[in-house]
Amino acid sequence: MSDKEFPAPVKYLDDRLGIGKIGRKNLRKVFPDHWSFMLGEIALYSFIILLLTGTFLTFWFKPSMAEVEYQGSYSLLKGLHMSEAYASTLDISFDVRGGLLMRQIHHWAAVLFIAAMMVHLLRIFFTGAFRKPRELNWVIGFTMLFLGIIEGFIGYGLPDDLLSGTGLRITQGMIQASPVIGTYMNFFIFGGEFPGDDMVPRFFIVHVLLIPGIILLLVSVHLFLVVYHKHTQYAGPGRTNNNVVGYPLWPVYTAKAGGFFFVVFGITALMGALMQINPVWLYGPYNPAEVTAGSQPDWYMGWLEGSVRIMPGFESHFWGITLSWNLIIPALLIPPAFVTLVALYPFIEAWITGDKREHHLLDRPRNMPTRTGIGVAFMTFYGLLWIGGGNDLIATHFGVSLNNVTWFLRFAVFLGPVLAFWVTRRIAISLQRADNDRLLHGLETGVIVRSPEGAYSEKHTPVGGYEAYTLTARDRLLPLDIGPETDDNGVRAPRRALNKLRAKLSGFYFADAVQKPTREELEEAQAHGHDADEIHELTETETYREVTSDRS
Amino acid sequence: MSEKRLSLSPARFLSARRRHRSAGLVVLLFGLLAVGSAYAAFAPDNAVADNSAQSQQIEEGKKLFAVGCSSCHGLNAEGGGNGEGKMAGPSLIGVGAAAVDFQVGTGRMPAMQTGAQVPRKTPAYTQAEIEALAAYVASLAPGPAVPAQESYDISKATDEQVTRGGELFRTNCTACHNFAGRGGALPNGKYAPSLMNVDPKHIYEAMLTGPQQMPVFSDQVMQPEDKRDIIAYLHALQEQKDPGGFGLGRLGPVSEGLWGWLVGIGVLVCVAVWIGAKGVKAKGAKASE
Repeated sequence: MSDKEFPAPVKYLDDRLGIGKIGRKNLRKVFPDHWSFMLGEIALYSFIILLLTGTFLTFWFKPSMAEVEYQGSYSLLKGLHMSEAYASTLDISFDVRGGLLMRQIHHWAAVLFIAAMMVHLLRIFFTGAFRKPRELNWVIGFTMLFLGIIEGFIGYGLPDDLLSGTGLRITQGMIQASPVIGTYMNFFIFGGEFPGDDMVPRFFIVHVLLIPGIILLLVSVHLFLVVYHKHTQYAGPGRTNNNVVGYPLWPVYTAKAGGFFFVVFGITALMGALMQINPVWLYGPYNPAEVTAGSQPDWYMGWLEGSVRIMPGFESHFWGITLSWNLIIPALLIPPAFVTLVALYPFIEAWITGDKREHHLLDRPRNMPTRTGIGVAFMTFYGLLWIGGGNDLIATHFGVSLNNVTWFLRFAVFLGPVLAFWVTRRIAISLQRADNDRLLHGLETGVIVRSPEGAYSEKHTPVGGYEAYTLTARDRLLPLDIGPETDDNGVRAPRRALNKLRAKLSGFYFADAVQKPTREELEEAQAHGHDADEIHELTETETYREVTSDRS
Repeated sequence: MSEKRLSLSPARFLSARRRHRSAGLVVLLFGLLAVGSAYAAFAPDNAVADNSAQSQQIEEGKKLFAVGCSSCHGLNAEGGGNGEGKMAGPSLIGVGAAAVDFQVGTGRMPAMQTGAQVPRKTPAYTQAEIEALAAYVASLAPGPAVPAQESYDISKATDEQVTRGGELFRTNCTACHNFAGRGGALPNGKYAPSLMNVDPKHIYEAMLTGPQQMPVFSDQVMQPEDKRDIIAYLHALQEQKDPGGFGLGRLGPVSEGLWGWLVGIGVLVCVAVWIGAKGVKAKGAKASE
């Protein structure tokens, strides 16, 4: 193929830009195939939709807090005084052709963008795809999620409607609750007293230029690193830590990913066309004297809202200074702690396990019971706070008392994650045992055989070679060995206390882990099971051809 | 009796006898007679007037009250205990006809069971019976009357008035009832009910009397035309079709987030699974060589 002459237009570009070589190499790039590898794509495509629809919206949106009298076609607000930002949002919704559709697609895409990033993050977490050499890419991805949430929240604040104004007011309260710097920060961000006149123009430029720019840069680095590291893959026959088995970018993934882009765009457009989102005209213009029941932020801020909602109203006073623990703890301590833990998890796990090897084969979640347990515990914590953010709607829609919901959550946020951790871990361990059982004893056929002596037994068939390979393609997990207390010369090892803690954590991490069967165990089981006639049927009906590519 | 005595003129007679020792008694008797006659002359007249429409209605209301309400509110609407030292029903003396019309007209009263809050349900009484009950309770002590029909008549409300009603609604009502009048939660299982499909009269009466958790917005605090404008705005909201598609309950970002996850991410993940499950057809694989 390399000798083949390029078509004329490609040759023209190749002669000038040298794209032929780059293209030839990268178009043949192999990616493994699995549905869970497409979750990040949803985020990428939603981001592209956001850029496109957002650009459309900037043509009509006026980022100004100047007071105007509304004279547009929405009669229920006609004649009211409001900011230009809000009035222009109403104009986009009611007087610009296609404006409401674009607004709604933009907002749904934002909802999907962050949701997809989070689902993608969970996939990476539970399969251990964040391990060396991909720790930094995890941090980049996490930064994008964090920036995406801020970007979304600022976008929610731009129309200057009653709901978003209330949201910003709460944020302002959180900022003011920070000891010492609170008031300065508040004046710095809002350019004076809240709400002031600077808020919308400032947030606008952060929303349309600064954060999208940074995200765009990070997306490029993120994807470059995916190409550079080559994609991880699930274990299976022919798949090792040193190769990539899958299809080439051209034409298979060009078609698959390109098609998926249109599916994402189509579904987002359908949602924008059929499901009303952020009806700012119902909220009315922002007025600090007004508030509405059901004042909630978009879903990704819901856990923060919940953390504030379920916090008891503690407050202390020292020398004329008020410390609002009811905001400091739920808004200024817990979220950063949670976020930092998630962002640094790859490094924490690597330190505990002492694992310095490169990993390109993904873990099945059950094979890392402790990590899976931690992940579910985090999800439980997040989910409970999320419920707290909607406690009023839970109360009205399920006919329970608001206070009971809140009190339940006050205890559940501490007990729930612990319970979730243990339950998940035990389930994972049980699934590992079931896997070992499959390997050593085969599958139950449901056929009962009576021997000449009259004994009854059920026939088992061994699992196929493919499955056996897949099930055993994992490491034996052993807790970190930190060596003896003193070396041969009786010199105490350095940093002993820290290492002891590390060994303890490592012991906890791998406690009760079920190891895969040894070669002897497998051979013995096979010898034992061979008398049963094997129903050994490999379902090799796949008509495609996979490509194996070397990782080096 | 002598001639002389008989010939006395009445004036001379009174004058001559005015110092008689029984004169005081006679005057007193006359006075009593006059008062008694006056009473006899006027009081029965009133009784006759009452006996017509109104008193009959009150009588009827009193009977209905005794059957349907008195077990909680007391035989004379003075309020009643539940036998365990707790109040079963508050005193209704002075609550006025508007409160009765609202509570019974929206089906809240008679209550089915005690609880955090009495819910709205199908009314148990006819309009005539409700009026009788209201007349009875109103007869106990003065209180807000059922508003006249023109005070909540929104058919002639102008756009300007509706907009004004919206501003008043957002200032006074949305904090509990939600921006679209869909209701919201209050502490301890109480709630601000949805304002959708509520009779304008009942909304007016609720503002006037402040039922259950709601504060009173008397006509001094909130002028009758303010109330009418709020009702007009609510009516306009209710009639308005959602321009953006399905309204998702007009509950705000919580329902949007739920739909975004269930429909959006849900469908997209299904599509991803579908694309992932589709291997590459032999034809496609050949083309890639």
